[in-house]
Parts: sequence; C-alpha cells; structure tokens
Amino acid sequence: MNTFLNRLMGRVKLGGLLAVAAPILAIVFAMLITSVVLIAAGKPALDTFGWLIDNGSQPRSIVNIVNLGTTYYLAAVAVAIGFRMNLFNIGVDGQYRLAALISAAVGGAAVLPGVLNIVLVVVVAVAVGGLWAAIAGFLKVRRGVSEVISTIMLNAIATAFGSWLLIEHFGTVNGNAIATTPIPDNAHVPAAAIVPGTQLGINTFVIVAIVVGIAYAVVLSRTRFGFNLRATGRSEPAAVASGVSVKKMVLITMILSGGAAGLIGMPELLGSSFTYNTNFPAGLGFTGIAVALLGRNNAVGMAIGALLFSFLDTSSDILQLHDISPEIVKIMQGAIVLSVIIAYELAHRYRLVAEQRRVSRELLEGAAA
Amino acid sequence: MDHPRAPWSTVDITVCHQALRKEEAAIGTATVTQPAVELEGITKRFPGVVANRDITMSVAKGHIHAIVGENGAGKSTLMKILYGMQRPDEGDIRIDGKPVSFHTPSDAIAAGIGMVHQHFMLADNLTVLENVILGSEPTKGGVAIDFGSARAKIKEISDAYGLGVEPDTLVEDLGVGARQRVEILKVLYRGARILILDEPTAVLVPQEVDELFDNLRGLVREGLTILFISHKLDEVLKVADAITVIRRGTTVASVEPKSVTARQLAELMVGSELPSPETRESTVTEVVAIAVSGLTVLSADGRKLIDDVSFEIHKGEVLGIAGVEGNGQAELVEAIMGMRPSTGTVRVGLERRAESEEEGTSASEDRDHAGRPASATMSMHDISAWPTLRRREHGIGYIPEDRHRHGLLLEAPLWENRILGHQTQKPNVKGIWIDRKGARADTQRIVFTYDVRTPGIEVAADALSGGNQQKLIVGREMSGDPAVLIASHPTRGVDVGAQAAIWDHLRDARAKGLAVLLISADLDELIGLSDSLKVILRGRIVADVDPANVTPEQLGSAMTGAGEAQ
Repeated sequence: MNTFLNRLMGRVKLGGLLAVAAPILAIVFAMLITSVVLIAAGKPALDTFGWLIDNGSQPRSIVNIVNLGTTYYLAAVAVAIGFRMNLFNIGVDGQYRLAALISAAVGGAAVLPGVLNIVLVVVVAVAVGGLWAAIAGFLKVRRGVSEVISTIMLNAIATAFGSWLLIEHFGTVNGNAIATTPIPDNAHVPAAAIVPGTQLGINTFVIVAIVVGIAYAVVLSRTRFGFNLRATGRSEPAAVASGVSVKKMVLITMILSGGAAGLIGMPELLGSSFTYNTNFPAGLGFTGIAVALLGRNNAVGMAIGALLFSFLDTSSDILQLHDISPEIVKIMQGAIVLSVIIAYELAHRYRLVAEQRRVSRELLEGAAA
Repeated sequence: MDHPRAPWSTVDITVCHQALRKEEAAIGTATVTQPAVELEGITKRFPGVVANRDITMSVAKGHIHAIVGENGAGKSTLMKILYGMQRPDEGDIRIDGKPVSFHTPSDAIAAGIGMVHQHFMLADNLTVLENVILGSEPTKGGVAIDFGSARAKIKEISDAYGLGVEPDTLVEDLGVGARQRVEILKVLYRGARILILDEPTAVLVPQEVDELFDNLRGLVREGLTILFISHKLDEVLKVADAITVIRRGTTVASVEPKSVTARQLAELMVGSELPSPETRESTVTEVVAIAVSGLTVLSADGRKLIDDVSFEIHKGEVLGIAGVEGNGQAELVEAIMGMRPSTGTVRVGLERRAESEEEGTSASEDRDHAGRPASATMSMHDISAWPTLRRREHGIGYIPEDRHRHGLLLEAPLWENRILGHQTQKPNVKGIWIDRKGARADTQRIVFTYDVRTPGIEVAADALSGGNQQKLIVGREMSGDPAVLIASHPTRGVDVGAQAAIWDHLRDARAKGLAVLLISADLDELIGLSDSLKVILRGRIVADVDPANVTPEQLGSAMTGAGEAQ
C-alpha cells in the first residue's frame, strides 16, 4: 500500500487544484453511495438527482436555500472557531437554543425601540451563548474536564433549563403551543425580495453572516490572537513553549465559539418566527459540525458546505411527490461528510509527501549544481 | 553480488579487498554459514539532505557489527529499513541468505530481527514481566494470560544470557541500565536472533556502558548477531567484531577494529577534519545575566524533580549542565522558561534595548529605561512570577530539547514557525496584526544566515530534515539579540557541518555578551563549549567541574555520583 501510494505520488504533481478536486470527487463518491441505496430501495437514482436539482433551482427554493444556508453557516463558524484550536464544542446546539430563548424574551419585552431592540436581542444572544459555553471552558481550564463531555451534558441541561424558563417564566400558552411574547414589528430584520420570480425575500441577516465569516478569516490568519489560536491547535506543547497561555486561550476560544453560536437562532427569530416556541428549529449545532468538517474550517469552504447542505434539505421536499423518502438526503449528507474527510486526509498525505519529495529533489539538484 | 563466497576466494585476493575482509571476519565463528544479514544497494530517497544511497554491507553470524557514522549520516534510516519501519526505494535485504521484504516491523520480528530503541518503550507502572509480554501475551486455555510460563521463560532467557533481570520488579524502580536490559530481553522473548541496538550507550554513563558490553558479548557467545549503531568511536573499537562506516548516506568502508585507530575511523566517518567545539579564550564578564536560586520543582506526587538548584550565569558565559538524561534537566529548563510551576527565584539582569520598549505591552520596569547609554548598570529583576511570554519578550531565548514537540509547528510554513515564540516581537507583528511581510523577510534572513537547506520559506517545517529544522530554531532564537539563551541539546541529530555552524553561532553570540545555559548529552560538546560546568544528579547540583581540565570519563563518573569530581 505504501509503495503503491509512493509510486503514485512520485508522478502526480500536486497543485492547489487538489484542494478543489478532493471535495468534488468526494461528493461524486457520495452520490454513488446514495445511488446504491436508492437502487437497493427500488427507486430511480438518476431521476432522483434530477428532481433535486430541478426543485432546488426554482426561485423560491433559491431564497430558502440562502436563508437556511445563512443559519447553517453561522453554526459552522461557531463550531469551527473551536475546531481550529482542537476544541470540540459539541455544545453549540444548546448554546444557540438557550441564547435564542432568552434573547426572544428580552426582545419581546421591547424595552428598547426599533433597531435598538434588534441590537439588544443580538447582544443578549451572543452574551448568553458565550456564557453558556464559558461553563465548559471554565471546567476544562480549572478541572481538566473534557469539553466534549461537558458540552454534551450542557446541551441536555440547556434543554431542560430552557423548557423550565419557557414554561415558568417567559412563555404564554396559546392553544396547545407555548411561546414567548412576539418581538414587535418595528424590531424585525427585513427580507429583501431580490430574487426574480418569487415574492419570498432573502433574510438580510445574511449580511451579518458574511461579516462574521470575513471576521473569522481575518482574525485567524492575520492577527496575533489568531496565530496563537492556530498554534495551540497545531501543537499545544509548542504553543506553551512559545509563551501562549493555553488556559486563557481555551476560555477565550470557548466564549467566542459560544458567542458565535448565539447568532445561529437570530435569522429565524428576527426574520420569521419573531418568537421562541416549542417549534423553534433544534439540532442546528450538529449540522454546524458537519458543515465545518465539510468546509475544513475554511471561511469560504464552509459557505459552500452550508449552501450544499441547505440545498439538499430544501429541495428534498419534492421527493415525496415521487414516493421517495426525503430522508435519502440525510444519507447523502452523511456520505458526503465521511467521504470528504477521507478525501481531504488522502490529499493532505499526498501533499505532504509530495512536498517532502520536492524539497529533497530541489536540494539534490542544488547540491549537484 | 561482487564478492565470491566459495572456493575460488583464495584466487581473488587482489581483486576484492573488502570482500576478503568480510570473509576473514566470518571465519572466526562459522566457516561455511551464510552471513546473518546482507544488504545490497539499499537506496532510500527521503526528505532532507541525507538519504541512504547504495548501501552494501554484510554482517557475519555471531558478530557484534558496529555501524558508525556522524549524526545524520543515515544510520538510523538504514536500521529502520532493516526493521521494516521504512521500505527501501531500491536494493535487497537478505537474512540468512534468504531475500526478504519487510512491510512492517512485525515482518522483521517474524524473521528474527529485534530492535532496541534509543529511547526505551516501557510502561513504568507495569512489572518487567508485564512489559515483556505486552503485545505477545501467552494464554492459558485461550483467555487467561499464562503468567507462570512467561515468568519461567523470562527467567530462562535472563539466565542464559546473564542479563540478571527480575521478572516481578516494577520498571519504575529500575535504573537506566536495567531498563535497557529489559528492552533487550523483550526482543529476545519474541525470538529475535539478530538484535539492532540504536545508540544504546547514549543514555548510559561509562560504567553502565561496560556492563552493557559484557552483556552483548554474552549474547553473541550464544550465537546471536548484534548490529550496534553508534558514533562513539572508542566504544565501537572496544566492543565490535566488525565495523561498517557510513558517511552521507552511503557505506564508505568496512574495517576490522584491530586494524584501525580511532583517529583513522574518525577520518573515515567525517571525510575531513573533525570540527571541534573548543572555545578557550574566555569572554566571561562580571555582569550577572541570570541568577537562579533555590529553584525547586515538584512532581505531581510531590517528589522533588529539581531540588534547591542555584547558579549564576554572567554575560559572555556558557554554563554547561552535565547529567544522565532524566535527572531533572528538562524540568530545570521548563521552570526557568516559566512553563512549569516552581519555587525559588529566577532573576535576570535587565538592560533592555530600544526595540522592546516600543512594545509597550510589558514596560513595567520603566525606570530602567531612563538613559540608554547607561547600559553598564544592570539591575536584577525577579521574574519568578512572570509567564513564559514575558520572559521571552525580555530576551530569554529557548532552544527546546524536543524540537518536534516544543520547537515547531510541523504543518505550518517556515515563516509561521519564525513567528512562534516571538509573536509579540518585531519584525513579526505590528500591534495586534501579524506582519506577514516582515516575518517572511526575516525568515529569509535566517535561512540565509544559518544555511537552512530549503527550497523556500513557504514549505512546511515537516518537509525539512532534522538538522535543518534545528538550524531554523537556532536562528529564530538568536534573533533579536537575546540576553540569555537556554539551549537544550542544540546540536542533537544535526549533521557535522551544521553542528560546527551552530557552535560558531553560539560562540559569536557569547563573545557579544550572550549568557548561555547549555544542556547536552554530548560530553565533548559540553566540555568544549562551556566556561563552567555543573553536574546534575536526581535533581540536585552535585558537583562543579572545571571544563578546562576534565575528561569525559571523569565527567561521566561524576554524573553517576560514583566519584567526586574536582
């Protein structure tokens, strides 16, 4: 196996193309897997993909894809902030749900007028998400508790705590639903109906998501803080030796990750539901993990991943008309994530060995000259 | 296949000198047997400067066969190939005359090859018995581990070869020499007939080395074959039956120990004049650069890893710390760098230059900056409570012992590695922003000044050879004119040329007033570079030694606490 790879690698020249080719090949591979499942279930594979693309390219679907993608993207960034430092914040899910609930209650109280209320809601959401995540960060720094364990547990606690807050304090019962007081009209994020052919508008919170994405990229790659964060992620002992206070970094990163998680519920809360109720979307934190993996924690990569996932989720509705379970896209999403990870790993190894070969070759040539 | 093995060898004397030597060597033990190991035309292309190129050698059964070469000559790569950890790009390996191809170490083990690594791979909290059977546990009735038969077998091996290993002692209670015997027993237990020992004496003091050699002689008497890798010539001449010299990745000579002197062997190894770490004209000043007093480091369970260590290093002075590895050197360094909690005080003479003032981040000693010309007056500042970053900002450079763990971000490009450890200093940053241009330009400077062999500064640190990685680290830590340099094994695993270059850089910086704390396992390096030497044993400074008149042997016995060095 080793020689096979070596032989293969010796001849293959690797450029930046590989970074693009790897995920595309992985997606094709995932489609193959999905086709196998479809065929096994007695459904037409090619037609299914055709229906998905058809439905996904309707104007109405495009708007929905962008709106859902905005949410997925924010979730992915929240997860990726931790990932870059080898910090597995599995608790994004609980962080955003609690943040959405409390900020919805604050927004519904309408203590501030109009736009200021929007700002207040967002600030409260970020603060709640950050604080909830800080618990896990604090436990890790002070007691060495793995953040994987603590954030998973905090998710469960957030669910129970959220229900209690909603039922006992913030919620009002309306029929058999229970919801917070709706945020007044003057504090809604507007929708921009810019896609021709549909009256549905794109949630302007997408701008916030883009800004968050740019900030994420710039802070990580251009600032001292970002350097320390990436250094800690790459090698904790080396970071310690270089003078990075890893404990401080763990706490700050956890808070940043949770703060970003606080934004996840905002497009929904400020753009369409205006209230937190029992139907508020759940599980977005886990979608975020998948999208972050898919996009390799890269700001642009995650945007593509988020749109791909929201495309699959949005256009799968049509499959019911053809008597195909829309859950088939869940299989496809899972297959995509797995095969993309494998493809990236292979590409990474290819590139490392190729680079080592290039270095020794150039040095040999240099020595000969 | 250039050398004849059968009847006509007598006719061929003039044609094939080397082959004849091997023949002669073989005659001693077994007249007609195949060589235990034959390597022919082994080539391994590998990142970095040294690759294995056309290596050809033959090891007779029942011999201690030494493979010598400078650090970085390719000995370890060759042994990894023989042990199945790496596959050669070209060439043949024959064991007992049969061609073999190893994919993994298990293949090599199955062929009767065992490897004793330089760094022991033993679990401290298990007994010798448990360590030995780990991974190949004999079972009773398919489930339960058969400790009884394992114990009997270990006893039997230990007695047969005179290893004196007790199966039921805890490994953590054993000394270095005994641990090594456990490692040897471990490979014998797995049925090895050919043993590879990778620099087995690196961690031993001279007295333990002699014991090891007695053991090795016992092993070959019983018919085992030993491949002994070393770059210590006196040891090789003492123990080996045959010697193969490797230089720049290829075999340059096969010689008999009786027919060569250490001098000749050294010339074969280096191919030219040996560089020497000597530095005799003293540059030591009166000004104290760093003063450590009463430094104590406790382990998690309250043992004293460093016990009340005190010393001063003056500007222009190199203080060497001699000691067998694992006697607290690593903890001492980490405590001085602020990476490990400790009690006692560390003080440095602060005479900060203009550059660091601009930082503004940690200009708490403002009053010291009153007049720049008054550099002669330095005041001592207690830095015991400072975090690592602040210590580094104030001119303490650090060359870590383990460059892969502590010195580099292997997957990051060279210029990002230039920033590591200096992320608050120019030219790497401007305020909160990384100064990519500045960092890149300065990396280019280091690559040029320190002769880092690399096609560019965008390649990952991983792609460089160990020696070049080390040069990059040394260059980085010498940037910005540090006042104090903590150097752990600054030339470990570095090839001869680079070693000489690093020594030159250290000497130059010392002449300009750098204070160096030098930790090294290379006694020649320690004696040659240091202005004064201290010996550390079990976390305590046990002796002060004058490097001008001490031999490595005397130093070695001080390191074990055997004799009192003057």
